[in-house]
Amino acid sequence: MQLALFIIFAALAVAGALNFLLQRHPINSALSLVVVMLSLAVLYWSLGAEFLAAAQVIVYSGAVMVLFVFVVMLLNAGEEERTTGSRAAYFAGIPGAAAVFCLLSFVFLSESKTLGSSNLGGYLNDGTVNIVEISKILFTRLLLPFEVTSILILVAILGAVVLARKEPDPKVVTSSTDAAGVIVIKEKV
Amino acid sequence: MVPISYYLILAAVLFSIGVLSFLLKRNVVTVFMSIELMLNAVNLTFVAFAHRWQAVSPQAVSGQIFVFFVMVVAAAEAAVGLAIIISIFRTRQTLNIDQINLMKN
Repeated sequence: MQLALFIIFAALAVAGALNFLLQRHPINSALSLVVVMLSLAVLYWSLGAEFLAAAQVIVYSGAVMVLFVFVVMLLNAGEEERTTGSRAAYFAGIPGAAAVFCLLSFVFLSESKTLGSSNLGGYLNDGTVNIVEISKILFTRLLLPFEVTSILILVAILGAVVLARKEPDPKVVTSSTDAAGVIVIKEKV
Repeated sequence: MVPISYYLILAAVLFSIGVLSFLLKRNVVTVFMSIELMLNAVNLTFVAFAHRWQAVSPQAVSGQIFVFFVMVVAAAEAAVGLAIIISIFRTRQTLNIDQINLMKN
C-alpha cells in the first residue's frame, strides 16, 4: 500500500524533473517543477512530516513558484536559444552528474539494511502530532535562530525592493564657471 | 513499508537532474529554478533521515527543523535572486546566460 503510494509519486516527481530538464520554454519548466514539489509534499506526508508537507505546498508551490512564473511572464521570456557557450558543461557536467548519482546510489544501497524501512505516518501515534514537537523545539531551544530568520526575511524584502526598483533617470548635470567665477550648474532635462 | 534507501535514491535522482539542468540550461531563470530543484532533493534526504531517527526516539524532529530553515532561506534567496535577474534584464535586455558576461572581460 505504502509502496504503491511511493512508486506513484516518485515516478511523478522523476517525470516532472525530466520534463523540467527537457522543456525549452521557461514557463513549461516552471509548471513541471510545481509537479515535482507537490509530489514531494506527498512523500513528506508519508514519512510523517505533516507540517513540512503543508509548508512545502504553501511556501514552495504557492509562493516561490508563483514568484518564478511572475518573473518569467514579466520579462516575457521566450524559448531558449540553443547556444553552445560552454563545452565544459557538456564534457565534464554530464559524467560528473552521473558519477555523483552512482556514488550516492551505491552508498544508499549498500547501507540499505542499516537504514531500515519507513513506517507510514511516522512514529508519533499516541495522540501527539508532529507540529507540537516542532514548535516545542522551535520556540525554546532554537528561539534565537528562529528570530534571526525573520530578520533574514526582512533584509531579503528590502534587498529585493532596492534591486528591482526602477532607477530614476539620472539628470545630466554640467557645471561650468562664468566670467565672474561663479559656478553655474546646468541641468539637462 | 518502503525502505528508506528508496527515498534517498529518489533524492539522488532529483539532485542529479538538478545538477544537469543547472549546467545545460541556457536561460538564467531556468538555471535559478534548477537550484530550487536541488534544494528540494536535499530536503527529501533530511526528512528521510529524520524519519529514520524517529524510529530510535520518536520525539526527535531536528531533521525536519533543518528543512524548515532551508525553506525559509530558499524563499529569501528566490526573492533576492529574481530581483537581481530583473535588474540584469533591464541593463542587458537578455536572459541568455552566455551573454551575461560582464565580469569576464
